[in-house]
Amino acid sequence: MARRAGIIGTGQTYHKSKRRDVNIVELIYEAVSSCLKDAELDIADIDAVIIGNMEHFEGVYNADLWAVDGTGAFGKHAIKITTGGTTGASVAHAGFYHIASGMFEAVLCIGWEKQSDGDTTAGLIFQSDPLFERATMSGAIGTFALAASEYMNKFGITEEQAAKVAVKNRGNALKNPYAHLRKAITVEDVLRSTPLAYPIKLLDMCPTSDGACAIIVASEEFARKKSPNKPAWFKALATRHDQPFNSDLPLLINMRSLQSAAKEAYAQAGIINPLKEIDVAEIYEPCTFAELSWYEALGFCELGGGGRLMDSGATEMSGELPVNPSGGVISTNCIGATALIRVAEAAMQVMGKAGEHQVPGAKIALATGFGGSFWTEITILEGD
Amino acid sequence: MSERVAIVGYYQSRCEPEKREDHITDLVYEVTSGLLNKIGMDISEVDNIVSCSQDFLDGRTISNRTIPEVEGAYLKSEAKVAGDGVQAVFYGMMRILSGKYKTCLVVAHAKMSEGAQNVIANAMFDPFFQRALGLDETIAGAMQARVYLERYGISEEKMALAAAKALSQAEKNALVFRGRKTTKEDVLNSRMLASPLHELEVFAPADGACALMLATESVAKKWTSSPVWLKGAGVSMDRYYLGDRDLAEARALTEAASKAYKMADIINPASEIDLVELSDYFSYQLLQYPEALGLCGAGEGASLIESGKADADGEQPVNPSGGVLGGNPLCVSGLNRVIEATKQIRREAGKCQVRKQVKTALAQGSYGPCGQNQCVMILSAI
Repeated sequence: MARRAGIIGTGQTYHKSKRRDVNIVELIYEAVSSCLKDAELDIADIDAVIIGNMEHFEGVYNADLWAVDGTGAFGKHAIKITTGGTTGASVAHAGFYHIASGMFEAVLCIGWEKQSDGDTTAGLIFQSDPLFERATMSGAIGTFALAASEYMNKFGITEEQAAKVAVKNRGNALKNPYAHLRKAITVEDVLRSTPLAYPIKLLDMCPTSDGACAIIVASEEFARKKSPNKPAWFKALATRHDQPFNSDLPLLINMRSLQSAAKEAYAQAGIINPLKEIDVAEIYEPCTFAELSWYEALGFCELGGGGRLMDSGATEMSGELPVNPSGGVISTNCIGATALIRVAEAAMQVMGKAGEHQVPGAKIALATGFGGSFWTEITILEGD
Repeated sequence: MSERVAIVGYYQSRCEPEKREDHITDLVYEVTSGLLNKIGMDISEVDNIVSCSQDFLDGRTISNRTIPEVEGAYLKSEAKVAGDGVQAVFYGMMRILSGKYKTCLVVAHAKMSEGAQNVIANAMFDPFFQRALGLDETIAGAMQARVYLERYGISEEKMALAAAKALSQAEKNALVFRGRKTTKEDVLNSRMLASPLHELEVFAPADGACALMLATESVAKKWTSSPVWLKGAGVSMDRYYLGDRDLAEARALTEAASKAYKMADIINPASEIDLVELSDYFSYQLLQYPEALGLCGAGEGASLIESGKADADGEQPVNPSGGVLGGNPLCVSGLNRVIEATKQIRREAGKCQVRKQVKTALAQGSYGPCGQNQCVMILSAI
């Protein structure tokens, strides 16, 4: 079976809509240097660099080549893994495989996006088939508006219940110094915010952020010898891709890639009752409604019960299973980094390094990545 | 270390300048279904998939989102290496070595006919200092060729000879489209694209795909009686700005090779490697890369070509397939090098088959201006 691999350091940039003070390379360097500092390592200790983003968002082809001065990849094993919104999780998983294969000792995994350099929605539209779906593809907002309407209609989920997700996550973001949007909001604020596409309103939706995230994945031997941090061990990981046409997909109801990945990940980790056994979750929630439906797909509650679980307070910081203590994607969304931030935040929780948004005593953490045509990557981490 | 990883099957489509009748999904389905049928494997036996393609080449954000159905990735683990096909093999190998998977389908595709390749390649250069100069891969390659020729006092004719040999050899390969009997003069008389590189010295955009199946040792025999083992692999990244590099040397290639040699216990590559498949996007790389790989001394690449040692019937054949110059698209080029090396080891290379026995072969791939990122893989019959 796989050699043990653990996360021994994490780093993030400060996020903004427009990080005009840095270029792409400098943005990446900010996350990388912060990560090395966190692990108390030098770039010379790293033997491989894995990076990913969505290249059409900035219009830089093979951006990993330009980024070399920021990533520290010069003279090292370097590979670019890109899978859309799931990229950050794919990069983290690639970090695991590099270590588990026995070929590497310490791998730097980087996700980033500088959306202010380009036009994200234009880039997103280019993922759809030019003949069948591009003319009706309207980026993330349109897709989730359709999905959320269907979800509300089928299970009686209310806009208020969705608004509570925004209030919770944006409230959590107040304690995360790296979060992009840090302002307390109320249910009323969400309901009254600008409608984007029914039922999605401005405060239901993730922002577009500039930012980068880095983690270091290491072998047990390296981790014990070289870094003072208690590692966050990979306990389970699972990836599921789905068909390319949105019209073929169940969208938010019973999201099959998430259900299937969760089943495999729980089996690997020996988890039977996720709500009780998982201490903290970082879910890639592009909009409020998605978080509710994904409680269901992840087995935190019964099908259609996402709204009621939110109402119960179980996913609040003080609840049974705090979800998105970092503030989640609703608060910070630098796409190529977003799924990696979920993994990094999950790692920080089980390493006991989450600062003001620490869930006390967290031992088992779950992180999800979302992207593509409703694709999923799940990571379960365990404290040392 | 866990069990060894084997190549248990492969499938290539014919590369063409434009496959107008094929959608990208057609390109990929041809090779994935072809591979499964050929080795008698069911899609349910494919544990995971590593694909290689580029958003910019496909004109599609998340280029692997186009192909989940035709690569059999529905509700499976798939990852895309957005670089070169050899790297995808490397990553697939690591996924198996981790112990989590027993098999891995590696597939690469590109349909370059749909894009303006010089515009796409220009987007690799940073928007502040280089892009406005109009740099693309060919112009960058021309600068590297010039530096290399000057450093070692090599004439342009020697590069042309290498291209002529490659294109003449490619005539034997039915899967590529540029092969014909070509003389040094033909090369020198072809259109100048960027001095000193003529049209016949520069790879041509193409459409195509190929697929490879990897399996761990304990199950490999189920699909083949002649597995080819992955013995060594190495990747290295060079500096970005061309002016920061010594372009006469392919430093990243030397580093990637030394990692691969170490893993495969190769001490003297010039004598221990039986056959080499290089990604020769440009003629000068047929001279420069054997030097970087330690197959000959610095500045000796031209004599190596002239001596015939690297010919298909030579002591250490280089690119008996006709190489990338014969007509291979980006992404696919590297994976095709691994496949061509595999075919030689298994004596399945048809008209391109070399006479000598091939036990150990080297496959190389790269991406980026002047080969910034390099990957070397060592394959073995035993």
